[in-house]
Amino acid sequence: MKLITAIIKPLRLDSIRSALLEIGVPGMTVSEANGFGRQRGITEIYRGARYPVDLVPKIRVEVLVDDPDEERVIDAIVAAAFTDSIGDGKVWSTSVSQVVRVRTGERGVQAI
Amino acid sequence: MQIESGDTAWVLAATAMVLLMTPGLAFFYGGMVRSRSVLNMLVMSFFSIGIVSVLWTIFGYGLAFGDSGSGIIGALDWSHLGSAVNSFTNNGGEYPIPELSFSAFQLMFAVITPAIISGAIADRTKLFSWGVFVAIWVTIVYFPVAHWVFDLGTKHSDGTITGAGWLAARGVLDFAGGTAVHINAGAAGLALAIVLGKRVGFGRTPMKPHNLPLVLIGAGLLWFGWFGFNAGSSLGANATAALALMNTQVATAAALMGWLLVERIRDGHATSLGAASGAIAGLVAITPACAYVAPWAAVVIGLIAGGICSMAVALKYKLGFDDSLDVVGVHLAGGIVGCLSIGFFGSTAVNSLGANGIFYGGGVALLGKQALGVAAVGGYSFIVTLLLGYAIKFTIGFRISEADEAEGIDITEHLELAYELNRLGSGGYLGDRKFSAQEKISVTR
Repeated sequence: MKLITAIIKPLRLDSIRSALLEIGVPGMTVSEANGFGRQRGITEIYRGARYPVDLVPKIRVEVLVDDPDEERVIDAIVAAAFTDSIGDGKVWSTSVSQVVRVRTGERGVQAI
Repeated sequence: MQIESGDTAWVLAATAMVLLMTPGLAFFYGGMVRSRSVLNMLVMSFFSIGIVSVLWTIFGYGLAFGDSGSGIIGALDWSHLGSAVNSFTNNGGEYPIPELSFSAFQLMFAVITPAIISGAIADRTKLFSWGVFVAIWVTIVYFPVAHWVFDLGTKHSDGTITGAGWLAARGVLDFAGGTAVHINAGAAGLALAIVLGKRVGFGRTPMKPHNLPLVLIGAGLLWFGWFGFNAGSSLGANATAALALMNTQVATAAALMGWLLVERIRDGHATSLGAASGAIAGLVAITPACAYVAPWAAVVIGLIAGGICSMAVALKYKLGFDDSLDVVGVHLAGGIVGCLSIGFFGSTAVNSLGANGIFYGGGVALLGKQALGVAAVGGYSFIVTLLLGYAIKFTIGFRISEADEAEGIDITEHLELAYELNRLGSGGYLGDRKFSAQEKISVTR
């Protein structure tokens, strides 16, 4: 089992959600996040005073998938997140050793 | 003399409009501070409404407009307002409006002036000390200065005028308060910023405006109320009021554009805070001049004020004082531009009670008088405020502790938060049960 995590531009969330629903993911978790990568931040100006803001708002999308689905889901997210501009984000996946569905007590792939 | 209902109605309405400027100013300032000190910023302005209105009734109106014959300060007359119920306004001439309407109108000027100062010392002022400061400051600075500038004297039936303030008697022109309100508050703000010192982290940690829409709402309310401030100062519904109103509009519009132009060229972006700030700079600058110049001149004055103030707000970083919300850069700088501009653009063609400036063949005499007004009010206000500020600092203290400042002044001075941003909730409910100081701390932190 894999946990796929994507840090994306907030405006791309809608297209990523539709893309994931289309390929039939079982569920997803979305949260607000702040951070920087190569983009670094932006500089805001108030009455001529400059304030560098290096933590820019992003969205974190997390999806649990069975091993065979990993590449397909990653490809769907990357395609939907792509705007060809700096700050498009990152997608990575990590191995998950156990998953439990709270209501039924099902374990492993059954619980995804 | 008969009461003129039209004139009286306008002055009464203008009074309410000027009152609205103080909450407007509170929003203008409140949006510019960080979210943890917005309530304190609002309360500082509302405190001024409370304190100054009471003092005005007891002795303020007497000190500002009573006749002691000195020209320096009015008369300490405890029943001044009580005896005025049936009299007409007499300020350099008799007006067919009740004296109480004039007194109420002038009260609103006394209310907003200390409120303007509060922007210089945001985030860090003890509420009690601020109250003490406001009460003493209006008594020893605002009321006398208002007497110097606004008291045009009592006109007697034989045509003689007695009891005018010393600046007014010398022909210093200030229609609606460029000196008494804006230079006065600006110089006092500079003094207090020096007395209180910089906020913790000034120049190192971000101190960004937390709510720019609130700033723009405040600027809008100020703009609206300012028509009462300037056009109401004619004390009648007449041509002078119309001139003042038109000049107020066009100067403000021009200053807004002037400020944004500087931003676009200097920073590459025109900002919403710049639009709001430019409007206020224009309102400040046209205040003394609004009934003495032609509308084309008002546009020029506004453009100059917008440009100069947008650059003046950077001075605090260079000179190293934390005038938190730019009281000096906007009110002192804008007030000086406005007062001196009369020396250039003043014209008796638009107002026979005015005077001709340099561009209308009046020579430099008027500019000299205006400079005297600027120097006298700015100098007096700065020195007396500095002394009063240090007196408060070394007796009851003027600043909250560093720990309280880091925690946020709203919670430490008021036990309130402006915004419930924590969606996980914040503890239980104690009802009206009395709780100990220890519990209070655990409840709020």
